Amino acid sequence: MNTRAIVAIARKDLKVALQNKGVVLPIIILPLILFVIFPWIMAYAPSWADASGTSFSNMDQILERMPSGLLNELSGYTPDQQMTVFALVYMLAPMFLIMPLMVSSVLAADSFAGEKERKTLEALLYTPTTDRELFTAKLLGAWAAAVAVALFSFLVYAVMVNAAGWHSIGHIFFPNWMWVALVFWVTPAVAGLGLVVMVFVSVRAQGFQDAYQTGGLVVLPVLLLMVGQISGVMYFSLGVVVFVGLVIWLIDAVLLWFASKSFRRGELMTKF
Amino acid sequence: MSAPAIQISSISRRFGETNAVDNLTLEVQSGEIFGFLGHNGAGKTTTVRLLNGVLEPTSGSARVFGLDPQAEGPALRARTGVLTETPSLDERLTARDNLSFYADLYNVPRADVPGRVNSLLTEFELVDRADEKVGGYSKGMKQRLALARALLHKPVVLFLDEPTAALDPVAARHVHALVENLARREGCTVFLCTHNLVEAQKLCDRVAVMEHGRLVALGTPSDLTRQYVKRLDVDLEVDPVQMDLALQTLQELPQLVISTPKREKELLTMTLSGRESIPELLSILVQKGLRVYRLAPQEANLEEVYFALNGGVG
Repeated sequence: MNTRAIVAIARKDLKVALQNKGVVLPIIILPLILFVIFPWIMAYAPSWADASGTSFSNMDQILERMPSGLLNELSGYTPDQQMTVFALVYMLAPMFLIMPLMVSSVLAADSFAGEKERKTLEALLYTPTTDRELFTAKLLGAWAAAVAVALFSFLVYAVMVNAAGWHSIGHIFFPNWMWVALVFWVTPAVAGLGLVVMVFVSVRAQGFQDAYQTGGLVVLPVLLLMVGQISGVMYFSLGVVVFVGLVIWLIDAVLLWFASKSFRRGELMTKF
Repeated sequence: MSAPAIQISSISRRFGETNAVDNLTLEVQSGEIFGFLGHNGAGKTTTVRLLNGVLEPTSGSARVFGLDPQAEGPALRARTGVLTETPSLDERLTARDNLSFYADLYNVPRADVPGRVNSLLTEFELVDRADEKVGGYSKGMKQRLALARALLHKPVVLFLDEPTAALDPVAARHVHALVENLARREGCTVFLCTHNLVEAQKLCDRVAVMEHGRLVALGTPSDLTRQYVKRLDVDLEVDPVQMDLALQTLQELPQLVISTPKREKELLTMTLSGRESIPELLSILVQKGLRVYRLAPQEANLEEVYFALNGGVG
């Protein structure tokens, strides 16, 4: 493998993508809302509710529906603390996965469908890179960036959660082992899922926007996980997270195998 | 004689029901400037793609410097440079970044990249705007940058798809000089796809004319004009006092002179039935006592060949 070419393509793709507002804005806005603003709202919501005399019974009801495993994990906290920990540690866990999914999708859409739209693929196909190198480079840039943004978001979130929850909890309570598994096991897999789905979508898409909108459907499983947790069907325990990660890695492997089979110069030249 | 730079054997490529390239066979010699002519959709770009291993043939085979485009694509593409029909540049990057990126892909030694990039930017008169984004460039500047990119790694075979299409006459002349220099001094083989028949006539050692994916003519420009353009325009200069006699004589030779001779100042212009008519015409004029100062054939050009092949005009 020609690593120089792979790194050059990955770096160029990122450089080009980051000059597209359609790529950069969601990468900035989503983490800002989810991982900076949201923790403070969730941490202070119970005290605002108390101050205004509003009942916080909705959250109470959600907690009551939770599986016993989660209630056991929260048993060492006061009722107010339980709500804070539940909201910041568990409720946001599936939402965190939207981050690598969205970043990898948006970058892959720019890299594949965007290249098609800008008519820049042909010159690339005339270079000595092999099909495998080209495929690896195209995936690597978006995947590495998605994982890096997710890791950074995680660090920011860790600081924000502990800072916002300090008045209620009084000590560092984040991350737990579930989050470690979520970030280092599930996040790379989810970033890979966003990528390979976008590779398939880009073949038929007319351009970046088209691909991004169609590929956006890939967040549906994550939303289902969120609904599943809020409704009390399941919760993000360490075991669930490890299992979800395994399933996504397996899906990645299968999709990647199909995508690599169809990623041949001749196909690209006629379809792109 | 050395092996041909490009060998194409009965190669075909179909897209659905359409034969983009149909049973094409030809050879291009090393160091030759080879013109590949044809309408849009004649199969020129598809042939370039097949020769670079970017498309797979439906049948047939090709070799470029002995390398099989399908089996040895990466090694082959390391030795070829391609100017695509559209510049295919990243418009969000600067010219320098575009060239540096492709220098990495073509494995130009790292230490040589800045110098090589600068020298090409200078050669193509882009150095003053090298650090501007390509999106702000004119069509001609983009074309020059794309050409510079094709030369980055000093290819031994250069495929040029309409290299002067977006260029002004001065820039086009510069490209012509560059192509001639590459072929004549550096031994680079040039495969030139063009609609510009004057360009092909001027530059090419041999040309192939394609129509609907099929090769319809192949040879040097002069061979093709002789083969396909039978009639011949000539200028005749005689003693000015004998102009009337000359006109009368020419009008009496319809088997040789197929157009009505026209008097233009001191010259008579006419169309002959072919170059074979020249000796006989000259002989008759001398027998009539005409003092012939000059009988100059106007060489037919590739444009006439092209139209003769594509519409019966010629």
